[in-house]
Amino acid sequence: MTYSTADEAVVAAHRASYGRLVGWLVRRTGDVQLAEDAVASAFAGALETWRSRGVPESTEAWLRVAARNAAVSALRRSAHTTNLDPESADQVFATEHDHRDEAIDDERLRLMLLCAHPAIDERVHAPLMLQVVLGIDAARIASVFLVPPSTMGQRLSRAKAKISAAGLRLRELEADELPARLDAVLRAIYAAYGLANPLHEEQTVDDDEMRAESIRLAETIVDLGGARHAEALGLLALLLLTESRRGARIVDGRFVPLTEHDVARWNAELRRRGDDTLRLAAALAAPGRFQLEAAISAVHSGRGDSGMTEWSSIIALYRGLLELHPSIGAAIGAAAALLEIGDVEQAQRMLDDLPAEAVGAHQPYWVCRARLAITQGDDAGRHAAAERAIGLTRHPAVRRHLIETIGP
Amino acid sequence: MQYAILAVEHDTDFAERTDEVRSGEYWASWAGYVAALRESGVLLHGAGLMPPETATTVRMRGGTLAVQDGPFAEAKEQLGGLFVIDVDDLDTALQWAARCPAAVHGSVEVRPVIPPMS
Repeated sequence: MTYSTADEAVVAAHRASYGRLVGWLVRRTGDVQLAEDAVASAFAGALETWRSRGVPESTEAWLRVAARNAAVSALRRSAHTTNLDPESADQVFATEHDHRDEAIDDERLRLMLLCAHPAIDERVHAPLMLQVVLGIDAARIASVFLVPPSTMGQRLSRAKAKISAAGLRLRELEADELPARLDAVLRAIYAAYGLANPLHEEQTVDDDEMRAESIRLAETIVDLGGARHAEALGLLALLLLTESRRGARIVDGRFVPLTEHDVARWNAELRRRGDDTLRLAAALAAPGRFQLEAAISAVHSGRGDSGMTEWSSIIALYRGLLELHPSIGAAIGAAAALLEIGDVEQAQRMLDDLPAEAVGAHQPYWVCRARLAITQGDDAGRHAAAERAIGLTRHPAVRRHLIETIGP
Repeated sequence: MQYAILAVEHDTDFAERTDEVRSGEYWASWAGYVAALRESGVLLHGAGLMPPETATTVRMRGGTLAVQDGPFAEAKEQLGGLFVIDVDDLDTALQWAARCPAAVHGSVEVRPVIPPMS
């Protein structure tokens, strides 16, 4: 047994089993922090033991026993300090004979639903899910959400403390509460991927692994029954289609806007999966925001076959989106598409109707404003909007692209 | 809340200021950043600084004044400018820090400003 084989097995087991193990312990103890600590100690033990004695046949079963033992000792310790009967620690697992759920893998879904509980601040849903279900550390999550690591750590601890204190439990949801909770989970995954604004791809998360894990969460939901939920399929399709074009965004350090992507750089396999998933969603005849965004994305990808972007379809889809789920991002997307077909008046009306306080620091708005001013031959307007767009841009390659194309 | 955004620029940033090819993009980035801060209504004060070799540092040690050419410490990164902004919270201040052109090669430090003493 070489070190690397054992280490690889630990990494693979972490990927496959982490969320399931935490979910399993949370269900029995109601304590997220305790569950995470127990699972972390199981993985630490695995690293040591598997290196010296070899990788067990079922890594998850091994980890389950180790995590359970760690949880029981932790419960005994806390029973001791709170003067509870130490025997009660063992009771938690006394009825554990049922391994049926190992096969159906629903612990992870239930854990996601718990992380998106309405009693928890919505801003924490996505970070909590990344940490509790995937085991990503607070510092990395903090960088993605642009908050100090200490603050992210506090927000996560507060949320976990609330889960324990408020007695939130992993349980089967009633049929009438499931759709709303599932929607909260989908929104959190969308945020974790970095799509804070519909289809403004330059704002997606730079961390490759974080995006891949977000897609994995969306896949998990679909696999675990979300296939009956059109919006779960819609979100997965949107992420797959967006990801399929990622390789064409930055070429030799230079940013390439979606309409100018070299389509040969798109990932055909991801695109095919995205299109297929979207078709499955459409067959359920329950339209929703993520499906519409995915459809817009799919039309953009259609340029890969026809060489042309079907702007009229994109505008129609944005109109649908604005009706169903109005947002600043959707209005800007619609205005940009209207500019493409030369409907300057409507594009301007769309932008003018947005509340000034909502667009002040909204980079895509100012990019679109500058493009509108260029179309209208308004150089002073272009300069002001372009300068602001450049100043609001984070990514250096995007900033350079804007300086070269619309400003200063 | 008031925060200071300290734009710490790398040697390469200072070089870009006068580089024939790159100075256009350099200054356009900063002009955009300052315009966005100003137009968003968050900017209270700001100052861009001349390069570190123009600095003079003064220290009083044991009653003796020492005057030295250059910045307070030799480093690859030096203060290039600073802004004081008024925003709701640190999250918003960090958004502005992330947009600062100095973040690309140098670093951007965000610090709360001491409230006025009454």
